[in-house]
Order: sequence, then structure tokens, then C-alpha cells
Amino acid sequence: MAARRQRRRHRESKNHEASRVTQAHVSAFALFLTFSRITLSSFGGVPFWARRVLVERQRWLTEQEFVDLLALGQLLPGPNVLNLTVMVGYRFAGWAGAAAAVAGFLGWPCLVVIAMGVLHQRYGALPLVQQALTGMLPVAVGLLFATVVKMATVLPREWRPWLFGMLAFVGVGVLRWPLLAVVGALAPFAIAAAWRGKD
Amino acid sequence: MDRPDLGALFLHFLVLSFLAIGGAPTVLPDIHRYVVEVHHWMTSTQFAELYALAQVAPGPNAMFVTLIGWQVAGWAGAAATTLPLLVPASTLTLLVGHLYARHPNAALGRTVRRGLTPITIGLMLASGWILMRAVNHDWRGFLLTLLTVVLVLRTPWNPLWLLAAGALAGMVGLV
Repeated sequence: MAARRQRRRHRESKNHEASRVTQAHVSAFALFLTFSRITLSSFGGVPFWARRVLVERQRWLTEQEFVDLLALGQLLPGPNVLNLTVMVGYRFAGWAGAAAAVAGFLGWPCLVVIAMGVLHQRYGALPLVQQALTGMLPVAVGLLFATVVKMATVLPREWRPWLFGMLAFVGVGVLRWPLLAVVGALAPFAIAAAWRGKD
Repeated sequence: MDRPDLGALFLHFLVLSFLAIGGAPTVLPDIHRYVVEVHHWMTSTQFAELYALAQVAPGPNAMFVTLIGWQVAGWAGAAATTLPLLVPASTLTLLVGHLYARHPNAALGRTVRRGLTPITIGLMLASGWILMRAVNHDWRGFLLTLLTVVLVLRTPWNPLWLLAAGALAGMVGLV
């Protein structure tokens, strides 16, 4: 099963190479505009909108390419959708493309979020605003838990990965130890376990 | 409350940048520890409010670090948290993206990912835990959180509607 998936991935990655040759050049400005559009429409979750624009509307990526890039973005540090943005920008227009895509993707949300911060500082103490925030907070927390549940479905049915997950949770969440110490202590063992259990 | 030291803030987020596998929620507990528990720049509730605000705004969830920095020290603070958290990670992504295009099936990469995934998930659970303890003071809050989890997993609804419903519930005094 795993071998078949691997073969398939290999074949598809060859298709990537083939399609890359025929790929039209996309200008840095077009990347800026497209990623501005993605980010400004992405209320409640970027991947949904990124897929819709990049795969369905612009057809810059195939479905499989999109999934591969998002998975790779998940593995690397930083927000997976930002990593996707960097890789798509770089792929179509080099360094300038990556910079333009990131500027479009992060620039607007930065401004919006700070504007909201200003409003919050000015009107946050009003009772009605306070009540609305009080109602939104448990929902925001629920969204985070739901994401955790969705992500946990990819874990294999073995005890080791779950143990490492629980140790990370207890160390950082309950005991409040510094992240660097907890991850530094757990990561080598977790990777070693994954290495030994890979067959 | 300490006077914000922007250099130290910058360095702290720089270190976090390389640990933020799975995105900003992974490093949320450590940001909370740093700005709330160690330096007392804001209360736990303020921290959670800023997080919720960033959820409502368009763009990646990671923008809450901008808001945290801005709350600590204005524009300079926003830059001191946002840039170090995002720039090194993006640079690394460029390099890896370059390598990935050549070796999409390297065994080492797959093993590292398999090893780190459970830790990432555990850390995100820790984020949820810390936020929940900051915001839910009675059973109604917990119920709303639970209801959100169920609705997100069982329905295709846009999460923004759930946030709006939560705000409405708060305004009419249900929560």
C-alpha cells in the first residue's frame, strides 16, 4: 500500500517535471495580485481559498501539485499556507516571484489585523463589544480543537506517535515548560522511532 | 509589567520561527508563556481576545503574532514579532522547495515528517488547552467550544458563520 502510494507519487512527480517545461511564465505582479485576492477572501481558513484560486480559477497548479505543496508546507516551519505561497511564487517567477507573492499574501492581512487592533483598543471596553468577544472566544478555541482532531486522523494506529503527542501536550500545555526544551528533548526520539518503524 | 525590550522580543520570535512546524498554533503556548507569564505585557484574557480577533480577520491565522507585537510595543513591536517569525521560515522554505523539486521522495524527509507530526499535533492541542483555560469560565463556554468542534467536523459550514453566531450569542447574553 505504502509502496504503491510511493510509486504513484514518483510517477506524478515526473509529471510535474514534464508540465514544468510547458509552464507559461507568470509575472511577479500577477503573483502579487493573485495572492492578494486569495488572502483577502480567505475568511475562516486559507487552504480552501488558495485551492479555489490556484487550481480552479488560474489553473496554475493541478490538484495533486496543490496537495503536494501544501503537505510540504506543513512539514516546514512557518504557516503551511505561507510556505505554499513562497514555493508557488518561486516556481513561477524566481526570487522576485516569491517576494511578490508573499507581499500580496501577508501585506493586506497585516494592515487589516492592526486596524482591528486599533478598533479593539478604542472600543474594546464597550459592554456590547466585550460580550461579542466573550461569545467568539469559545468558538475560536473550538476551531483550533477541530483542526487538531482532523490532523490527528493522519496518525498511525500505534502507541508511539500518540505517546510523543501526549508528552508534547503535557510538557508545553500543562507543565508550561519552554517549547525549545520540550521539542529539543522529544524530537530526536520521535524521529528515531519513526526511522526504526518505517518498514 | 516589564518595559518591552524589542531586541529580546525579536530574538525570542526568531528562535520560535524554526520551531513553528505546523504553523503559528504550534508556538502559541510559548508566546503565551513569554508575553503573559514571564513579562506580564498583557493578561491571559487579552491574549485570547487578540487571538480571536486575528481569527476573524482575513489571511493566515499566524497574523495574531502581529497583533500581539502591536499590543506590546506598537508598530515596532508588530515588526519585532512578525518579521523574525516569518522571514527565516520562508527562506528555509525556498531552499527546501528548491531541493524538493529535485528529490521529491528522499527517505530522510519522509522520516522527519512522520516523527514530527505527532509532536506538532500535541503542541496544537496545548494551544487549545491554554486558550480554553483563559476564556471559558463556566459550563456555557465549554459547551460552545464543544458544539463548535462537532459542527466543524460534521458540517461543511464556513467557520466564519460559527464565529458570528458566537458573537451574537455573547451579545444577547447567552454566554
